Amino acid sequence: MIEFRDVTKRFPDGTLAVDDFSLVVPSRRITVLVGSSGSGKTTILRMINRMVDPTSGRIEIDGEDVLSLKPVALRRSIGYVMQNSGLLPHRKVVDNIATVPLLKGVSKKDARERALELMDTVGLERSLADRYPSQLSGGQQQRVGVARGLAVDPNILLMDEPFGAVDPIVREDLQQELLRLQRDLGKTVVFVTHDIDEAFKLGDQVVIFRKGGIVAQKGTPSEILADPADDFVASFIGADRGRRALHVEETPTGSVLVDSDGRPAGVLSGSPRGAGSSEAKAATVSVAGAPAQGEDAP
Amino acid sequence: MSFLWSNFGQVWNLTLSHVWLSALPIVIGFVISLPIGWVANRYRLTRAALLTIGGILYAIPSLPLFFAMPALIGTQILSPLNVIVALSIYALALMVRTTADALASVPGDVLQSATAVGFSAWRRFWTVELPLAGPVLLAGLRVVSVSTVSLVSVGALLGVPNLGQLFTAGLNGYYPEEVAVGIVMIMLLALVFDLILVGVGRLLMPWTSADRRARRLSRRAAMRAVTGA
Amino acid sequence: MTDILAAFGWIFDPVNWAGASGIPTRIGEHILYSLLTLLLACAIALPIGFAIGHSGRFRGLAVGLSGALRALPTLGLVVYLALITTNLSIGPPLIALTILAIPPVLAGAYSGLESVDRAPIDAARAIGMTGWQVFTKVELPLALPLVIGGIRSGALQVIATWTVAAILPVGGLGRFLIDGIAIQNYPEMLGGSIIVIVLALVSDGLFALAQKLVVPRGVTAGRVRDTTEGEARHSGRASAPEGAPTT
Repeated sequence: MIEFRDVTKRFPDGTLAVDDFSLVVPSRRITVLVGSSGSGKTTILRMINRMVDPTSGRIEIDGEDVLSLKPVALRRSIGYVMQNSGLLPHRKVVDNIATVPLLKGVSKKDARERALELMDTVGLERSLADRYPSQLSGGQQQRVGVARGLAVDPNILLMDEPFGAVDPIVREDLQQELLRLQRDLGKTVVFVTHDIDEAFKLGDQVVIFRKGGIVAQKGTPSEILADPADDFVASFIGADRGRRALHVEETPTGSVLVDSDGRPAGVLSGSPRGAGSSEAKAATVSVAGAPAQGEDAP
Repeated sequence: MSFLWSNFGQVWNLTLSHVWLSALPIVIGFVISLPIGWVANRYRLTRAALLTIGGILYAIPSLPLFFAMPALIGTQILSPLNVIVALSIYALALMVRTTADALASVPGDVLQSATAVGFSAWRRFWTVELPLAGPVLLAGLRVVSVSTVSLVSVGALLGVPNLGQLFTAGLNGYYPEEVAVGIVMIMLLALVFDLILVGVGRLLMPWTSADRRARRLSRRAAMRAVTGA
Repeated sequence: MTDILAAFGWIFDPVNWAGASGIPTRIGEHILYSLLTLLLACAIALPIGFAIGHSGRFRGLAVGLSGALRALPTLGLVVYLALITTNLSIGPPLIALTILAIPPVLAGAYSGLESVDRAPIDAARAIGMTGWQVFTKVELPLALPLVIGGIRSGALQVIATWTVAAILPVGGLGRFLIDGIAIQNYPEMLGGSIIVIVLALVSDGLFALAQKLVVPRGVTAGRVRDTTEGEARHSGRASAPEGAPTT
C-alpha cells in the first residue's frame, strides 16, 4: 500500500506542482490519477520511485518512508512504464525486458528465459524477441514496456500515460490486456492518464485532479459518475454535456440506451438484443464514451 | 609591446594584407556555396555526392593544399592566389554543407504554404528560404570566418605577406614578442570579423533576436556547424 | 601537369626512400607524432566533454572556449611556445598541437551526448540504473558516432598541424615541405604534399568507416524515424569533418 501524507512539491523555478496532497493507494488495485496537463499527476507518480522528491510531506510504501530508501534499489523493485515506452533503441526486445533483472545480477540465461515468459504474458510473439524496438509497431513497443515493468515481479507498477501514443483501437486492446494482467497478477498499479474514459475503464479508484495537484474528487468510477463533487468534475467527466446522462428508449428492434443528445450509446446487458457477458464494472451503463461498443468485450 | 610601437607601420600593412586574404575566400566561398547548397538540398541524390566531395576537400591539410595550387592552377609558388584559392575551397566545402543543412532546416509547411500562396521557386528562395535559413548560414559563416583568418597565417610559409610573417620573422630573429603580437592581432581580427558578421546578421534578420525558436535553431545550427555533426 | 609528374617522380625515386630522412621514416614519424597528440587530446577532452554533455552545464563556456582556440593560429602558437621555452625539440609543438586538437574532440563528446534522445535516458534512470550505468549503457553507445566524428576531425587537425610544425627542427612529413621550399625544390614540396594529403584522406576514411560501424544496430534497423524541422541529423548519421582549421 502506498500512502501520500500532506505532500507538497515546489520546483526550483517556483512552480507549485503539488499542494498538500494526501491519498491512500490500496494494494493490489488499480488507482488512476487523471487530470489535464499541469495538474501534477505525473509529478505525484514520480515521487513514488523517487524520480522526484517532495518538498514536504511523506510518502510511505508499506509503512516505510521512501526518502529512507535508496533510490536505485527502490526503482529496481518498482515497475515503471512510460509513454513511448522509453525502450533502449540499441538493445533487442528481449534485452530490453531483461534490463533490470540483469542489473540485479540474474544470469543472462535466466534473465532471457524470464523475458520470453513475460512476452507470452503480455501477448507478444516470441519471434519478436530478437528484433529492435524501431522494428515494432507502437502497440508492440508498449507491450514490451509493460513486460519490462513486470520483469522483476514488482508489487508496484507505475504507468505514466502508457497508452497515450497509440491509436484508439490499439489502446483499447492494451487496456483490456492490462485488466487481464491485473486479474492474473494483482499488482498495485498507479496509472496516470488525461483520458477520463480510460480512467473509468481501468480504475478501481479514480482520483481527479485540478491544476496544482489538488484533488477535485476521488472514488470509484460509479461513485464519481453518480455524484460529481462540483462543476469542475462534472464538466471533466462530460456529465454536463449530456454524454453520461443516459436513458432507455424503446425502439422497434429493442431497448436502446440514448444520451441526452438523442444519440444511441449502447444497450442494457441482459436485454434481448444485448450480447452475453456482462462486465462487473460500472462501465456497462456508464458507457466510456465509445459508441456501439456497449458491453461487448473484445 | 615595444615591438608593436616601433613597427606599427609594418604590422598595420601586414594586417591589411591579412584582411584581404581572409575576406575574399569567405565571400567567394559563401556566394558560390549558395547555389551548390541549394542543389544539394533540392536533389537528394546529389546531396550525398556533393557533401562527400566537400568532405574530402575539407580533409586536405592546408599547407599541402597551398603547395599543390601551382600545379593545379598554374600560379607561381609564392603567389597570394595560392592562399586565396585554397582558402576559398575550404570555405566552399564547409559552406556547401552548412547551406544544405540550413535550407533543409526550413520548415516544410512554411515552404508549402508559400508555394500555395503563389510564390515562384526563385522568389520563394529569396524571400522565404534564405531568410529562414539565415541563422544557420550565419553560424556556418562564423566558423568559416574564424578558420580562414587563422589559416591565412600559414601562408607566411609561402612568403605571402600577412600577419603570419611575424611568426616566421620572430622565429628567425628569436623574438617571442613579435610572435605574440602576431597571435594577438590575428585573434583580434577574428573577433572583429565575427562581430561584423553578427552585426550584419542582426541587421538582416531582426526577428531572430526576439524569436526564441529561431534562437534555439541557430544555436543548434551553430553546434552542428562547429562539430560538423 | 609536368609539376605533378615531377612530384611523382620524386616520390618514387628510390634515393628518397633510404636513410633517416627518407620517405618511410618521415611517414612513421608523422604518424607517431599524430597518434600521440590525438591520444593526449582525447585523454583531456573526452572526460570533460562527457561531463559537460551528461550534466548539461558549462556548455556555453565550452563553446566559447572552443571558438577562441579555433582562432589561435597554429604557426604562431608552435613558434611562440618553442621560443619562450627556448626549446626547439618536440615538446613545445606537442603541447601546442594537443591544445589545438582539443576543440573538435570536445565538441564531438558533448554534442554526441546531447544528441541522445531523452526518453530512453529517463526510462533507464526510472527503472533503476545508477548514473554511471545510464552513461555507459545508454548515453555512450548512442552518442558514439558523434564522439568518433569529433575524434575524426581531431585526427585531421593533428595531421595537418604537424606538417606546419616542421618549421621547427622536428621530423615528420612537413620536413619535405619546409625544406623543399627553402631550396625551391618544387618536386619535393609537391611530393611531400601529396603524401600528406594521402595520409589525411586515409585517416579520414578509416574514421568514417569506424563511425558507420559504431552506430548501434537498433538505431538504423527498422523504420527511419521521422525528423522534425532542423533535426536533420540524429545520432545515427555519420558526420563530415568539423569546422576547425586544418593547419
